[in-house]
Amino acid sequence: MPHDGHDFTDPPSDLALRVKALESLLVDKGLVNQASLDVIIDTYETNVGPRNGAQVVARAWTDASFRALLMSDATRAVESLGYIGRQGEHLIAVENTSNIHNLVVCTLCSCYPWTVLGLPPVWYKSAPYRSRAVSEPRQVLREFGTELGDNVEIRVWDSTSEMRYLVVPARPTGTDGWTEEELMPLVSRNAMIGVEFARSPDASGAAT
Amino acid sequence: MNGGHDLGGLHGLGDINPEPEMEEPVFHAEWEKRVFALTLATGMLGKWNIDSSRHARERQHPATYINNTYYENWLAGLQTLLIENGLVSAQELSSGKAYGSVDADILSRVPDPRQIPAILKKGGPSARQPESEPAFGVGVPVRVCNRHPEGHTRAPRYTRGREGVVAAYHGYHVFPDRAAHGPDGGAHLYSVRFTSDQLWGNGRPETDSIFVDLWEPHLEAMALWQR
Repeated sequence: MPHDGHDFTDPPSDLALRVKALESLLVDKGLVNQASLDVIIDTYETNVGPRNGAQVVARAWTDASFRALLMSDATRAVESLGYIGRQGEHLIAVENTSNIHNLVVCTLCSCYPWTVLGLPPVWYKSAPYRSRAVSEPRQVLREFGTELGDNVEIRVWDSTSEMRYLVVPARPTGTDGWTEEELMPLVSRNAMIGVEFARSPDASGAAT
Repeated sequence: MNGGHDLGGLHGLGDINPEPEMEEPVFHAEWEKRVFALTLATGMLGKWNIDSSRHARERQHPATYINNTYYENWLAGLQTLLIENGLVSAQELSSGKAYGSVDADILSRVPDPRQIPAILKKGGPSARQPESEPAFGVGVPVRVCNRHPEGHTRAPRYTRGREGVVAAYHGYHVFPDRAAHGPDGGAHLYSVRFTSDQLWGNGRPETDSIFVDLWEPHLEAMALWQR
């Protein structure tokens, strides 16, 4: 069942029933606690998500000493905002500029900085992105509507280890004097993976 | 292993077709949530590590791995781990009924739901106490060993035999190629930079590059005349 854009609202599938049976079995055997499963799901559905990363980036845009810490020791920098935990134990921030563009992928599985971005989107985990991001990053970026000039150097980061990569997009022009809270809505999840630029002020609908 | 998971550079997989960011839910079905949570919860029993867990998914038939959705691969990996570690039997898995009882030692490891947030916050850092000095300094040219192990490896196939330059040193970390299969003392971890042309022979702008995290056992020094 490849992801080909069909909807996900089909009636209970064989798969859904199999998962239900597995869960009952593990609960019956005492190997998992049902309440724990709900806590885990709730954590990643509501608490841990790209808003965390947006705050990190907006802070870096507005606070030079935080930015310096983020670029030298991202793990410690995000820890200072309380964003610590699983799949963010060793974090590295890479910065986009007018002539360097960073892009993150995990060709072998789905490594992704959960603490700052939450769980990865389907496309990030998909075979097309994983196969092509390293071999034809410019075409991949074009599919996201991101055009880069030939003078821009692309740096692709293949997350093969437990190091996790966060892209700090370039701050959009026209945002001088904006506060961290005003800037956060401009920092899309996709910009922090490196497939898009940060939103421009007029496109975001944010207060000016 | 040269499995269906090692996708870098594979052709014919089509367009990416990303779902719009603002519309994409964290999970696309209830069963996905349950597979995700079951995987994390059983991982807390300490019977396997993240490397053996990845290896359990990638050991599937390559065609199955590529055709599966993401959480179908997680489900397959979880079932393999449960059986191989003796937590459930194949018979229990197929019938859905619990037969044997579970060791008290394992049951004592099942966390209380109130402990879960702290466990998730703590994570599982992979950094270890170094047992040696790193062999390569930043800026040193290296070559990825042209080895094709049948077991787990984090050296992608597209890097093997290729020349790059050490761009950063990350410290001493768990070495997944060993840790997926048994005891592991760790190894030095580097970020190695390859030019796009070096990997793909595409004559792309020389400045485009791919950074891959590789461990010292993946790398070999290059003789002076080769640099």
